Amino acid sequence: MDLSFTAEEDTFRQDVRAFLAEKLPTRISTKVRLGQRLTKADMEEWHAILNAKGWLANHWPVEWGGTGWTVTQRFIFETEAALAYSPRVVPFGISMLAPVLIKYGSDAQKRHWLPRILDGTDWWCQGYSEPGAGSDLASLKTRAVRDGDFYIVNGQKTWTTLAQYADMIFCLVRTSTEGRKQEGISFLLIDMKTPGVDVRPIRLLDGDHEVNEVFFTDVRVPIENLVGEEHMGWTCAKYLLTYERTNIAGVGQSMAAFERLKEVAATQMKDGRPLEENIHFAARMAKVEIDLANMTTTNLRVLASVGAGRAPTAESSMLKIRGTEIRQQITDLMRRAAGIYAQPFVDEALDEGFNGPQIGPDFAAAAAVQYFNNRKLSIFGGSNEVQREIISKTILEL
Amino acid sequence: MDFSLGEDRQMLVDSLRRLFSETFDFKQRESVVASDEGWSPALWKQLADLGIIGALFEEEYGGYGGSAFDIGVVFGEVGHALAIGPFLGTLLAGRILGALGRSDLVAQAVTSEVVLTAALDGPEYLSARPVGEGWVLSGRRSVVPFVGQADIVVTVANTDEGAAIFILNDFKTGVRAEEYPLVDGGMAGELFLDGAPATLCATGASATDVMEKATAAGLVALAWEAVAILDTLRDQTLDYLRTRKQFGIPIGKFQALQHRMAALALEIEQARSAAINAAARFDADRCSRERAGSAAKFTIGRVGSLVAEEVIQMHGGIGMTWELPLSHFAKRLILIGHQLGDEDYHLKRFVDLGRPSAEPSVAYC
Repeated sequence: MDLSFTAEEDTFRQDVRAFLAEKLPTRISTKVRLGQRLTKADMEEWHAILNAKGWLANHWPVEWGGTGWTVTQRFIFETEAALAYSPRVVPFGISMLAPVLIKYGSDAQKRHWLPRILDGTDWWCQGYSEPGAGSDLASLKTRAVRDGDFYIVNGQKTWTTLAQYADMIFCLVRTSTEGRKQEGISFLLIDMKTPGVDVRPIRLLDGDHEVNEVFFTDVRVPIENLVGEEHMGWTCAKYLLTYERTNIAGVGQSMAAFERLKEVAATQMKDGRPLEENIHFAARMAKVEIDLANMTTTNLRVLASVGAGRAPTAESSMLKIRGTEIRQQITDLMRRAAGIYAQPFVDEALDEGFNGPQIGPDFAAAAAVQYFNNRKLSIFGGSNEVQREIISKTILEL
Repeated sequence: MDFSLGEDRQMLVDSLRRLFSETFDFKQRESVVASDEGWSPALWKQLADLGIIGALFEEEYGGYGGSAFDIGVVFGEVGHALAIGPFLGTLLAGRILGALGRSDLVAQAVTSEVVLTAALDGPEYLSARPVGEGWVLSGRRSVVPFVGQADIVVTVANTDEGAAIFILNDFKTGVRAEEYPLVDGGMAGELFLDGAPATLCATGASATDVMEKATAAGLVALAWEAVAILDTLRDQTLDYLRTRKQFGIPIGKFQALQHRMAALALEIEQARSAAINAAARFDADRCSRERAGSAAKFTIGRVGSLVAEEVIQMHGGIGMTWELPLSHFAKRLILIGHQLGDEDYHLKRFVDLGRPSAEPSVAYC
């Protein structure tokens, strides 16, 4: 066994660091560091910077604009990017739709959509969940009925992240009610500007507008927007859910958040001493730090087996569960570290250029808000309970 | 990055597993536990002949292995077989002796000519005082592994200049050992010293350094032993969940148990990563090595008690029986938590080592 990185990988890490130091705008990294809101323009700016470097779609095949990086290189990149407080790349086009198109799309679809994902022409969102289809996704009811060269779509999607910015939505729709519920689903690409598409915001517990409901009323979708075969959408859906999971643990995000927590614990005072000297807080931090160090190696072990040619399987469910728990615990500790200053809810303080008085230390304004926002981590992407189902069925064979 | 064991180490694992499966199945283990000696000197000799004891030490110190991963895989098989013998005492005492230039004694241990043990815990500090050319020790050491079988005891005692490492190998005067069995089937005893002659080996910072490194090897060993036991307990419990029927169906079909098993499987993978980290950082700088060792001991302590309790619970009444091998694996797993510092001790140590002013300290004396 050898857990060290090769000389080439160390050089690669230096290249990534140099790139981040030069190209990641301080204005944006400061917002990420302080937990402030990113605007659509911020996200598009970072997307364009990565695309210009050719690192945006680093996991795609080289012929479509990928980098040919190994899984270890991708891990290094994700970790370094997070430690530099860069924003996460908006995943819907790059990491979710694109792998499905590359595997199941027609040549025409790939040639049309993939370049537009790279250059940011289309902002994509994901139409999976419905009011009656959450963990039981396959019971979805949004109907697509064939009418000549079109499908007519009626129904409703929900929890649609950043649909308010989206040009396009990839949707799971029901094209048949025959047979098993998984067998009548199709994977459809829908233009958000089509008449009959209606986006309504959902305000979340932290006050933010991050997710939406999307309603479809007699929406006409050309049949060339069907990906893969009709009724075979569940195959695409499952592939999407298991494909891009090498980074599902969010180890880089957690490392960055933990570094931030250490800074905070060294400077915040409690009973006249730095918070890090409080034995109870220090023990809470140490438990998370140990869990994260273990998780990092667990993640690398999964990557090594994927690199050896094995497809990522249910192990990614373990990464998802523990990775999200760790991220939640770190935001929980940030909230606790803020003490009384976690309480004020000054919404504008989370926006760039806020001129009002700062209440408490700089991390405090976002502390409770991020804690509540991060409750989503164990709910989305297949709730952690669904992940335990996958582990017990697939790995443990119960 | 490479997570494979490598060919040589895999051969070591295979031959060790074969030996244990032929000579140390559960019935044979039971008869060893019930025997007067409480261990099998014949098996120990076979292990020596196979090169297993030598695998714990570097060549320069009289062995033919000695890397952290060598130690890890040997103790992994010890855990897998639930083997009984002076494994940990040999490792700790041998690593200390080797580092202090007594590779002659290590070489004798490697061939099973002598049995080593380490007496590192006790209710009070041992006191050492110079007498003529030599030293004598007084005080009490507790739960010394296989103390009744040992030819050489390595221990730590206080001199006027601080903690020092001593060898006891003359048991004629001032030495009394009272042996007893352990809850997990092993053997240990109390060591009463009253002016017992001993050889001084190291003092001051070098003693501290040697003790700390030997203990680090012990932490790697216990972590890998624990992970092998965790794997065994998981597999035994999965078999049971698939076959035991209640309400007309295998109990593994109940979601309440499925989710608990999924949680255990996840924790076991985290424990495995912790054990790998401890071995991988063994040759790193002191702080990385010690923090990884404490992180691993904390993790196997936490995961160990969780898994031991859960697998007994999921077996129900049968999990409470002596007859079922599972209960013996669970007992060993819990007792590992009582060796070389428990979960709380290592969590605190992990915190302390993270502070800029962290000073080396002699643990367990």
